[in-house]
Amino acid sequence: MSKLISRRELLKRAGVAGVAAVVPVTADKRPQQGPAFAAPQAAAAREPLEHLTAMESDVLEAIVARLIPSDARGPGAKEARAAHYIDRALGGALASSRTLYAAGLAAVEEVAQSFRGKAFKDLLPDEQDDILSRFDSGTVQGFADAAAFFAVVRAHTLQGTFCDPYYGGNAGFVGWDLIGYPGVRTLVTPDEQRLGADVPFNRKSAYDYEMFTKAVASAAPMGAITHGD
Amino acid sequence: MATRLRETDVVIVGLGAVGGIAALPLTQAGLEVIGLEAGTWLTKRDFAPDELRNNYRGWPQSAQKANREIPTHRPTAASPPFPRLAIHPMMNAVGGTSLHYWAQSWRLNPWDFKVVSETKRRYGSARIPGGSTVEDWPFGYEELEPYYDKVEVEIGVSGAAGNVNGAVDRRGNVFEGPRRREYPMPPLRGTGFTDLMAAAARTLGWHPFPGPAAVNSRLYQNRSGCMYHGFCNRGGCHVDAKGSTAVTTIPKAQATGRLKVVTRAHVTTIDSDGDGRVTGVTYLVDGMEYQQPAKVVLLASYTYENVRVLLLSKSKAYPNGLSNNHGQVGRHYFSHNQTAGVSALFPWNTNSWYGLPAQGTAVDDWADDNFDHSALDFVGGGNLWVYSDRRPIAAASMSTFGKTGRSWGSEWKAFVKENADRTNTSYLQKTTLPYEANYLDLDPVVKDPLGFNVCRITAEYKENERKIALFIQDKMEQWYRAAGAVAVERAPVGPMGPSTHAYGGTRMGDNPQTNVVDRWGFSHEAANLGVLGASTMGTSGARNPTLTAQALAWRTADHLAKSFNAIARRRL
Repeated sequence: MSKLISRRELLKRAGVAGVAAVVPVTADKRPQQGPAFAAPQAAAAREPLEHLTAMESDVLEAIVARLIPSDARGPGAKEARAAHYIDRALGGALASSRTLYAAGLAAVEEVAQSFRGKAFKDLLPDEQDDILSRFDSGTVQGFADAAAFFAVVRAHTLQGTFCDPYYGGNAGFVGWDLIGYPGVRTLVTPDEQRLGADVPFNRKSAYDYEMFTKAVASAAPMGAITHGD
Repeated sequence: MATRLRETDVVIVGLGAVGGIAALPLTQAGLEVIGLEAGTWLTKRDFAPDELRNNYRGWPQSAQKANREIPTHRPTAASPPFPRLAIHPMMNAVGGTSLHYWAQSWRLNPWDFKVVSETKRRYGSARIPGGSTVEDWPFGYEELEPYYDKVEVEIGVSGAAGNVNGAVDRRGNVFEGPRRREYPMPPLRGTGFTDLMAAAARTLGWHPFPGPAAVNSRLYQNRSGCMYHGFCNRGGCHVDAKGSTAVTTIPKAQATGRLKVVTRAHVTTIDSDGDGRVTGVTYLVDGMEYQQPAKVVLLASYTYENVRVLLLSKSKAYPNGLSNNHGQVGRHYFSHNQTAGVSALFPWNTNSWYGLPAQGTAVDDWADDNFDHSALDFVGGGNLWVYSDRRPIAAASMSTFGKTGRSWGSEWKAFVKENADRTNTSYLQKTTLPYEANYLDLDPVVKDPLGFNVCRITAEYKENERKIALFIQDKMEQWYRAAGAVAVERAPVGPMGPSTHAYGGTRMGDNPQTNVVDRWGFSHEAANLGVLGASTMGTSGARNPTLTAQALAWRTADHLAKSFNAIARRRL
């Protein structure tokens, strides 16, 4: 039961962050300097970090904001709270990537400091992109895992932006809205599969459908361990 | 020491797609059957529409027995191994991978049973590729037809017949072998996009048709029709519309009162006596060891595990592994070449956000020997399949067809926003032959947590498979262009690693020098040991193996039920 409550709480918070994310989109007309969007960072600051350090989190937040930037075409990975998703998952399904994140985020910060004399999060977007490109192409001196790290962060940023919001990413469904995914359904009609169909958006998590959250009571009689004696 | 249990008539190792089928005719014939399954029961409540969990985290495979014994893979005996997969392609559960498979339920074409003789007859002996160990099946399509029919009715297959008793119907596959009757249900519906692809194929003079699926197109045997909600690909069905054995033959066999299902049972060895007959199986549950004596053992795990269990089951009568005194266990291995895919970009939304991988349009004109190979230099071909299946993480991970500089940033984001629903990737299953140099054995180094060596794949696609791949990619590109694609991208022929379409290793045939099991699926060496699954198949055709493996399982079980006294007591 406590799990259920915390899940709903999570979704509620995710929804709040999604609303907050609307603000920076309109603020996008400002000159490109400094941390572009204050509001989502403020939202993130209200969350505890579960696995990343504060410095690691700063770097990761800045990276995801460049991988899928918030721009004229809408909010991006920061607003989707992809970094929050990654932080949570590093203690669970993505735990095997924890050491790679430690090394990679430290490497990004080191490159920022040695090239620009500033924290990665405080660089201009173009400067950040330049550094990230070096990781993407694996041309970072002294860090052989640069390309592997970049690929992992990119894959996880996609997960955190486009996953079911239950996992703490895709806040406010900004990822699904971006690509026009009309959402999780349990029934799809023939009309909804026609070319040019106008399918209404269904802003739900899979786990808003109660059939997927209850205990499997029916498994007990069939699933009990018995032997053929 | 193992707890010795009371003897049963038949023990089935693995209650998945094929073991779950065999249980029904055996119990209906009055035999007492114990089904040992490494997984647990899963029900529709377990099957949430959750892309991250199903498609990226491999639930529930990631926590399972199979996942602790993932085969290793090297292309040749002289090459170092590839990195091991993180998640086994198959899953353990009552119903096995039939819970989360695509449920495409094809019959093989008649040619697939006679690849050698038909190729020689039409193109001469030299056309059989050097190094291939391919043989004709010990029987033809017509022998398996009644069993295809039984399975189609029992699990519920939707489709459009292309040949009923010789009468060809262009709404179905005009190349298929004669069927005794229509499919139990009409085909799954088309989508706007798959209908458009079918029309494009017709403009090329091809013969498109809706593929067969073990998914209900309407209410069938008290199970719901399909909801087309988009999470069938590596997901179980939330309304039991998919005809996995967990919701069809297994509960029906249980209802006879003669099937006992034992879950979380990890079978380690099949036991045999000094005369070479099998006596039962040994398995573990939570570290406790049990010995289940049985008059007959049916090995029905998956190709890799079938081979591994045999090789691990050494005894005085079988010093090189059970039923391996002819050295054939693990030989004639091949996995379907599903690599070398083709993707397309369209200038309009395809509306493919929903549907299922079995909801699509097939073209069989370029499969098997359905076209003249006289001017070509290969054997076989490929089935072309386009379908409706898209989920958001995968959509956002799409190829940008070389149209963006980076795979991230604002330019990339703009492309994905515009094109996430404008791409399609075809599924191209292509003939793959067995070769002397492609085989399974035990990895000498890598072990599972119990200390047993895992299965090792030594295999790579050969010249014949590479030629087919290029030929089929040309056809697929032609089809996409005819439908209006503005860009087409081809993937290379990939490695031949652990596959959901793994064949051979315990091949079926009359000759014990080159085959592990006889024409009925029983060991040439241990007369009361049967083997079920695609590991008995000697050719792949150009289509999904499950229905054929299930028809073979029914046939083996039927034979066992009819000849039980002879098989259970027969001495070599």
